[in-house]
Amino acid sequence: MSGRDEILGRLRRSLKRGDGAAAAAVDERLQGRRRNLVPARAKQEPAALVDLFEEKVKAVQGTVRRISGLDGVPAAVADHLKAHNLPPKICIAPAPDLEGLAWSQAAPLLDVRAGAPAADDLVGVARAAAGVAETGTLMLLSGPTGPSTLNFLPDDHIVVLRAEEIVGAYEDGWDLLRQRYGVGEMPRTMNFVTGPSRTGDIEQTIINGAHGPRRLHVLLVDPAVSE
Amino acid sequence: MQATSTAFKENAAGALVDAQLQKALTKMKAGFIDKRAKAAAELPEFEALRDQAKAIKDHTLEHLDLYLERWESKVTASGGRVHWCPTAEDARARVLEICRAAGARTVTKGKSMIGEEIAINDHLEANGIEPIETDLGEYIIQLRHEPPSHIIAPAVHLTKEQVAEDFRRAHTALPGDRQLEEPIQLVTEARAMLRERFLAADVGITGANFLVAETGSSVIVTNEGNGDMTQLLPRVHIVLASIEKVVPTLEDLATILRVLARSATGQEFSSYTTLSTGPRRPGDIDGPDEYHVIVLDNGRSAMLGSEFQEMLRCIRCGACMNHCPVYHAVGGHAYGWVYPGPMGSVLTPALIGIDKAAHLPNASTFCGRCEAVCPMRIPLPKMMRHWREKEFERHLSPPTVRVGLGFWSFFARRPWLYHRLTALQARVMGRLGRGRGGFSKLPLAGGWTEYREMPVPQGRTFQDLWAERRGERAQGARAQGARAQGARG
Repeated sequence: MSGRDEILGRLRRSLKRGDGAAAAAVDERLQGRRRNLVPARAKQEPAALVDLFEEKVKAVQGTVRRISGLDGVPAAVADHLKAHNLPPKICIAPAPDLEGLAWSQAAPLLDVRAGAPAADDLVGVARAAAGVAETGTLMLLSGPTGPSTLNFLPDDHIVVLRAEEIVGAYEDGWDLLRQRYGVGEMPRTMNFVTGPSRTGDIEQTIINGAHGPRRLHVLLVDPAVSE
Repeated sequence: MQATSTAFKENAAGALVDAQLQKALTKMKAGFIDKRAKAAAELPEFEALRDQAKAIKDHTLEHLDLYLERWESKVTASGGRVHWCPTAEDARARVLEICRAAGARTVTKGKSMIGEEIAINDHLEANGIEPIETDLGEYIIQLRHEPPSHIIAPAVHLTKEQVAEDFRRAHTALPGDRQLEEPIQLVTEARAMLRERFLAADVGITGANFLVAETGSSVIVTNEGNGDMTQLLPRVHIVLASIEKVVPTLEDLATILRVLARSATGQEFSSYTTLSTGPRRPGDIDGPDEYHVIVLDNGRSAMLGSEFQEMLRCIRCGACMNHCPVYHAVGGHAYGWVYPGPMGSVLTPALIGIDKAAHLPNASTFCGRCEAVCPMRIPLPKMMRHWREKEFERHLSPPTVRVGLGFWSFFARRPWLYHRLTALQARVMGRLGRGRGGFSKLPLAGGWTEYREMPVPQGRTFQDLWAERRGERAQGARAQGARAQGARG
């Protein structure tokens, strides 16, 4: 007997599995995809959600800078490098939003490469699919325009997000996935990122940058902001 | 790993006099409790979410065979492979097979309790493949050749001085006079050491906090990001999971995620929650070429439909041990197997047999804090009581306990006799102890008087006082009734 038959057989005996009513209940639940309780804080006006998102990112030692347009990204990245004394070399996700920017004009000394990061890349710039306000969580998806290693290898994780991409709850993120990939379908890797990498494994002292990024910096593109 | 749960009493006695351990445990106590309380208080819906999380798992367990089948078909459709393993031995063999087929020399590992349960590291090592733990806590205990002492904080039993010593011993290529006093220096050193290992590994093994039936995804929840580097950088990703990890939909996953980190570390959300579905897709820039899921039974299917079914709701947050006075006193290693604390005291006997773990369900004061904080509302004290009953039924408890309980049940079934005898005993002891506060020695009660004095009984028994009170109350009620009657008339 195969391991599969053995395990499923035992489960069916333990559960006294009988008619097809149970299968109907399972299919109904999988197709219904009903939301359970969603916290009130995730159900607010868009502007309030953007503020909540920013507050929550900061609460987990991330930083947020609002800029009025995508074209402000190169200068904002250059500022971050300067502030943390980082070398002028970055790896960006090969996303049209990022590749299409006028990097050489805004930051002429910056060495910009698009693709998956190499082991010695210190700074990565990624493009998030969504921001979940309830906990200040970024949703990043793998694919031709989104290498997942970019979220973990570099010391500095810079993420570009548009204000209108901020949603209230994780469930809103699932809806977005279903729209983009189809119901029940997923990209290979979906990362929810909430703050930088951290550990408390030595005497519960919280230290950032355990293995992944030491810093998380969100560039929030918000046309409502005046620079 | 070899279970030493039968030696719980000796283990615990040793733990109580281990100064380093006691120092580490003192640091641990307050942190976890305060953080959880704060996180729970900051989300008004927290208690309602616990109810829903429990209901989700109850529903899933009642339909576990069907959800596993649905999940499997989604994994297969996304190009992954599922390996059904009834026993730990099956799982070890499967993992080794996959590693060999990949020509693996080194394997990086994210934290996995299933990995501990099947003792995969020893098996790989014995077969010439080097496993490297990458979670910082797991890395430290691997250097020490120790099992984890906590399910989410594997090195919680160690002080930073001990870790520094281990690093000096293991990282011999580094200058001997380097500074290693502060946790940040230790973290930085481990990060640098492990970076190369991540990049060189042929296979990455992670655990799974959940499996999602709707999408065929496996989910890991971490703070360090090590589990992600483990699964993204090597060519092959192996997931170690067990049958009860499945949840129906992404919506159900969201609900349980909302209670997980808050209960575990007191964070609102862990740094990284990752859903992995199959191998890399055509056009993807990175990710593994192969995706395998080991789905382990190892005794769990027998818990289904039994009085221990509810234990399968456990999401391994560690809140029960973080709040347990026994765990606080002796730490995790005393429990002698993979799962310590209250959840271990229920799960371990189910997985390795009550004969090998009979002490564990007795290692509880039944204070009930574990159940009070369990996000899945698992009735842990009730289930420990079930195990004690089974222990007694199977004649596993020691003769003194059996004889004592025999006496007790004889008198408990004869209340009039019990009453007389205790009244007599209280009178005699009261007279014997007159003039002193307590007894420092009593026949048959050495276990008690060795650590504290037995107070001298004062006056009458509880039963007497209770009977008197009841009499007074009944009289009072009659008097009140009479007054009411009078008022009506």
